[in-house]
Amino acid sequence: MLGRTANNVYWMARYVERAENLARLLASTYHMSLLPAASGNDAQQWEAPLQLAGDRDDFVARFGDVSPGNVLSYMALDPDNMFSIRSCIRRARENARATRPELTTEVWEGINQSYLELEVMSYPKLVDQGFGEFFDWVKERSHLFRGAIYGTMRRGDAFTFSRLGTFIERADNTARFLAVKWDMLSPGGRPMAAEDYYRWGALLRAFSAFKAYREVYSGILEPRRVAELLVLRRDMPRSLFACTAEVNEILRHLREGAACTRLSGQINERLQRNRIDGILRSGLPRFLNGFIARNNELHGMIGQEFMLVL
Amino acid sequence: MKLGNAFDEMHGLQDGIRKAYRTYQEWLDTTAHTRLLEKHQQADLIFRRLGITFSVYGSEEGVERLIPFDVIPRILDAEEWKTVGTGVCQRVRAINAFLDDVYHEQHILKAGRIPPDLVLNNPGFRPEVLGLDLPRQVYVHIAGVDVVRSSADDFYVLEDNARVPSGVSYMLENRETMMKLFPELFAQHSVAPVNHYPEVLLRTLRSVAQPGTSDPTVVVLTPGHFNSAYFEHAFLAMQMGVELVEGQDLFVEDDAVFMRTTSGPRRVDVIYRRLDDDFIDPLSFDPHSMLGVPGLLSVVRNRRVSLANAIGTGVADDKAIYCFVPDMIEFYLGEKPILKNVPTFRCAVPDDLAYVVDHLDELVVKEVGGSGGYGMLVGPMSTAEQRSDFRHKVLADPDNFIAQPTLNLSTVPTLVDGKIAARHVDLRPYVLTGETTQVVPGGLTRVALRDGSLVVNSSQGGGTKDTWVLEA
Repeated sequence: MLGRTANNVYWMARYVERAENLARLLASTYHMSLLPAASGNDAQQWEAPLQLAGDRDDFVARFGDVSPGNVLSYMALDPDNMFSIRSCIRRARENARATRPELTTEVWEGINQSYLELEVMSYPKLVDQGFGEFFDWVKERSHLFRGAIYGTMRRGDAFTFSRLGTFIERADNTARFLAVKWDMLSPGGRPMAAEDYYRWGALLRAFSAFKAYREVYSGILEPRRVAELLVLRRDMPRSLFACTAEVNEILRHLREGAACTRLSGQINERLQRNRIDGILRSGLPRFLNGFIARNNELHGMIGQEFMLVL
Repeated sequence: MKLGNAFDEMHGLQDGIRKAYRTYQEWLDTTAHTRLLEKHQQADLIFRRLGITFSVYGSEEGVERLIPFDVIPRILDAEEWKTVGTGVCQRVRAINAFLDDVYHEQHILKAGRIPPDLVLNNPGFRPEVLGLDLPRQVYVHIAGVDVVRSSADDFYVLEDNARVPSGVSYMLENRETMMKLFPELFAQHSVAPVNHYPEVLLRTLRSVAQPGTSDPTVVVLTPGHFNSAYFEHAFLAMQMGVELVEGQDLFVEDDAVFMRTTSGPRRVDVIYRRLDDDFIDPLSFDPHSMLGVPGLLSVVRNRRVSLANAIGTGVADDKAIYCFVPDMIEFYLGEKPILKNVPTFRCAVPDDLAYVVDHLDELVVKEVGGSGGYGMLVGPMSTAEQRSDFRHKVLADPDNFIAQPTLNLSTVPTLVDGKIAARHVDLRPYVLTGETTQVVPGGLTRVALRDGSLVVNSSQGGGTKDTWVLEA
């Protein structure tokens, strides 16, 4: 496969994954905001999406207050916010279009349809349709995208590089998401109260992990266990461990012994060796920021190894 | 202005349905009009979902539009097609012989059949490939010959697109869509299939690899996904199962062309290039081109890679050279031309020029190197101001213009604003030349959607129709 094409397929998958994770974060924040303040509703939580994916100065300059409506408008539909869901889907589709011959009809039409539907979406329509429905739609389109890839694409380079993009992006997003939310949610010494139950529950739901938590721990919600579930559990599809294991497997299959393959092995191994108490002692956000940096380094090395466009 | 009594391909000049359309008319009579309208809307959705769009130069950047598709087919019977099909193949055979001649011995110039100046000083003539021997002596592997009709028996060639003709993906997608929308019509008609075009194209391209190449690697070279015809480039690469490359994906090393792949360089043998000569090699042609491949021309000259179409075909695509295609047919093939040329005034000839400036209101005036319906004057539909404007342009640079009488193009019933009305059409069959010269039955029918308009180009608001050739 052409190096440029590999790069297009890889970014196509990254942008779809990014849009999905943004929708997850916004949906979770929105649901929390519907609860009364005593149940853990907190205006400060609307800062989280801006910290995660956006430019706060640009936002304040153009939108003003950090209000739910403003943040939702900026993060979901603003074409000038290069991190908005609309921008992600546009760029995913642009990458798909640039490599159209490598994709099956199902994958292309799926992503093109998402783009076309999103292009006619406006903020009043979004309000009318309901935010929850909109975020569900984004998630569904992303599921459809991955499902179409998994169910229709030959197990060749296009398939492999799109999977690589999905898991590199998901590892990054899970880490960022958790890093932003951790300090915001941590009770910081005081005992867990009823509102904490809603907050941590909402966080788990954002990762589709609420049910899994109940199955694995069968107990009350504890921040320590939430962190363990999303960072170290190998059977959780959005955990850092699971994502890095996928990336490592793909790279070993692509090119055993390459520098990027070695690095991905080290990243995964490190997660395997770590215990959650050790990570929490030195601070979860610090650990996560280190992870994000190494994951990004890996991204750069993958580009050098396979996609170098001179 | 409206051109009166144009020949309608369904109704003829008098009442009564012409033979090719009888079955279709029966179907139309028994089908609710609302159903036709529904199908029209469905077609729109299908095209949008497939992403069959094109960009219009000069309009807002990045805007993708659909070419309007009309659900009423244009139907030709076997006999009509025989004339058109053999006629366009004949022209392309002559054009290939002409190109091989002008880049070698130049017999036709020595024989005085074409003014040498017209060829040798033509901007499409490329001295860089003089004396170069091409596989099978083929220059134009893919040609799109524009044919119009003025009566039941009169077919004219309007131009021979011998550089980078586009539109074939619409021919294919139009057929796919029609078969989805109207399966019952295909059960009632015996419509000659066109879907094997990509297979024939691939075979053609492989057949012109340099001698001795086993299992040649073919690629499609596109200017990129911002190009107006990108969808077609991607479509053809996908249908043929070959890589779609941009200039940046290719490089020249050790006198060969390679593409950059995830597993290292891979040799390329045949390049179906969808960009003009000017952009193909910044070292030899336009130095500012970011689209081409530096050093490509030298590999071509050393016969280590094949380009389709070959470099230098523009000289045969020129509207002044067009006048001489009937001469080429007689000179090289010893045959009588099957299809007529439209009588053409070359403004470079003083008598012609005098006639043209006096009759601008009757003529269609075109730039010799123009395409896409840009920069032309349709006399009978022009304003006095436009004519005066063109008079100045033509007098300032007569060599750059030709003029033709305004042909009364045939019409085909077309769905416009929910009603069926007669609209002017042309036809572009796609002629492929490798081992042999062949054409898939039919081609792309373009239709001028505005009432009375004769300009069918998509860039000027034209639409397309599926073209049916009925088997005998």
